[in-house]
Amino acid sequence: MLTLIVVLPLLGFLLNGVLATRLGGNVVGNRFVTVVGCGLPIASFALVVASCMALAAGGYVPLVEVAYRWAEIGDGSFEIAFYFDRLAAVMALVVTGVGSVIHVYSIGYMKDDPGYGRFFAYLNVFLFFMLLLVLGRSLLVLFVGWEGVGLASYLLIGFWFDDLANARAGKKAFITNRVGDAGFLLGMFLLYTTFGTLDMDRINAAFGAGAAPAVSASLVGLLLFIGATGKSAQIPLHVWLPDAMAGPTPVSALIHAATMVTAGVYLVARMAGVYVHAPEASAVIAVVGVTTAFFAATIALVQTDIKKVLAYSTISQLGFMFLALGVGAYAVAIFHVVTHAFFKACLFLGAGSVIHALGGEQDVRRMGGLAKKIPLTFWTFAVATAAIAGLPPLAGFFSKDEILWYSFASTRGGAPWLWIVAAATALMTAFYMFRLLWLTFLGRSRMSAEVEHHVHESPWSMTGVLVVLAVLSAVGGFIAVPHFLEPQLALPAVHESLHAAETPLVVVSVVLALAGLAAAAFLFGGPSERVERLRARFAGVHRVLSAKYFVDELYARLIGRPLVWISDRVFLRLGDRALLDGTLHGMAALGRGTGRVLARIQTGSLHLYAWLVLAGIAGALIWSSRHG
Amino acid sequence: MDRTQLLIGVAVALFSIGLVGVVVRRNVLVMLMCMELMLNGVNLSLITFAQQTATTVGAVVVFLVFVVATVEIALAIPIVLLLVRDKHTLDIGAYSELRG
Repeated sequence: MLTLIVVLPLLGFLLNGVLATRLGGNVVGNRFVTVVGCGLPIASFALVVASCMALAAGGYVPLVEVAYRWAEIGDGSFEIAFYFDRLAAVMALVVTGVGSVIHVYSIGYMKDDPGYGRFFAYLNVFLFFMLLLVLGRSLLVLFVGWEGVGLASYLLIGFWFDDLANARAGKKAFITNRVGDAGFLLGMFLLYTTFGTLDMDRINAAFGAGAAPAVSASLVGLLLFIGATGKSAQIPLHVWLPDAMAGPTPVSALIHAATMVTAGVYLVARMAGVYVHAPEASAVIAVVGVTTAFFAATIALVQTDIKKVLAYSTISQLGFMFLALGVGAYAVAIFHVVTHAFFKACLFLGAGSVIHALGGEQDVRRMGGLAKKIPLTFWTFAVATAAIAGLPPLAGFFSKDEILWYSFASTRGGAPWLWIVAAATALMTAFYMFRLLWLTFLGRSRMSAEVEHHVHESPWSMTGVLVVLAVLSAVGGFIAVPHFLEPQLALPAVHESLHAAETPLVVVSVVLALAGLAAAAFLFGGPSERVERLRARFAGVHRVLSAKYFVDELYARLIGRPLVWISDRVFLRLGDRALLDGTLHGMAALGRGTGRVLARIQTGSLHLYAWLVLAGIAGALIWSSRHG
Repeated sequence: MDRTQLLIGVAVALFSIGLVGVVVRRNVLVMLMCMELMLNGVNLSLITFAQQTATTVGAVVVFLVFVVATVEIALAIPIVLLLVRDKHTLDIGAYSELRG
């Protein structure tokens, strides 16, 4: 059954890829693409639900299914085995569930696109690799899925590859991920040489077995975390995610918000058995996470592209998840993955609905007053915004609050300063999300008359999905994911002395969310001079934030330019042209020159030839008599 | 001076006369004949050594040389004939345009 969950989307990819793209001359209609492209993921989801029931019926003993023996090397063997425990169940439900509704949404969103079949083929192959990643028992299978989702992400970012900027964004995502993958691979090598297996449950068990393993848990943890920073867009490898918004909006929702970018979080939670023995690595994760959350949130404050705001918000929320992982609250991080998947997918799809309604406009400065024109999109967007801002009792409130609490009080590295930074980030989150809501849907319209005339609500396949996700964003917090995962991923102990602080902290975080809402309402609900004045006063800060702290420029100068210089000067001009080409050209010139000299001897005078023969014989005789 | 030395001396003389003839004469036919002289000088030396060491290998090689010499002449004479018909002379210098 587990194998089938994974294989069904692959089947969809093959059917759509072969029959509905230019490869097969598009022999089938869009209806076939729709049925195959959406039907198989939904079937996959049903199978995941059935597997969950089987898991519950079996007393939560992990289900293991060996699909194929890949290779046998010496005593070790590499198997494609699937492993279904509580953690995999939660992730698989999110991936197939949210994945399925986004597939359905794409029916309406991509309806008139000439690449309709290709789009669904790519989405299906993404789902296949993502399920391989989530259900794989061995790190190797996980890595195959890990690379596969990277490929699908690359293909979908550059889906409209006619525009060079899109193709370039895809390339950037791919290359940035390579950097992280190098760390991941090193971690895998280290684990394999130490334990002779890559099965994650066995590695976790080996670390927990008491006797200290022959490898530093922190080293392994850090190497795997480098991989996670690439896939989950954490500092310093966060630069690809904002550019990835070049892809179609359902892709941004599915891959770059709900599922793929949380793969890093999943990896760390999956390897929790290693990280509980790696306090140093955990500290690094917490610091990187909270730093990313903070800086991404500050950038999101000033972005004007509706999808870019959401992209930086995603980076920021991923930072929150890593903060939770860093303080040992693995189950809470997964909880936030789930709620984030709900509300961020809803936000992205809502943004897609707005873009769809406005005929491709993404700049919030040319929106406004859309609430009355597309009310369903507005209300779902508003619910999801309130959820991410952390207003009770919506989903984001519960998960974010638990993260804040553990970052403050966990005995595994919680610290007040982590809480302060995270709380400031939460305040900014509320502010920039409500700013986005106001600029897009409320206030005066800033659209041109022509765009305004064409504004229309999206078809039911899109709005229906929005409603489903909005409901999930509203009530998702009541799904007690940490409690469900607790037998597998125990929550960290809390400092006894801090128990009294729990209720005040909750109150503070609610107040912060409301403060963000109020600030946004005050600034963007009122006359626009307020914003202008603020921007004028902090012009320098605004410039730095708009330019995203010049990180791209810094990388271009520190890494890009030296690399280009070395490639050009050393590899191209010196190595390729001077050395390789030069040698070949030199040999050719030598042959030609020798030929020209020897051609002089060919005079046609037989006497000369005879003399030369004579001289040759004489020379040979003299030589042989000397050396005889 | 025993017989072997004499025969080798004759062989060297034949070869040298042939070689000098090829080098100094300009008449094509004479040059061809001088080449035959060289071959025969070699043949003589081969036979002599075969006799002296009482083996047959040298004698066998001589037959091979005969065949090669015959073929060579059979090819060379028609070529010379054609050249003479074209140039109306036997002088080797007139054929220098045949160079590669």
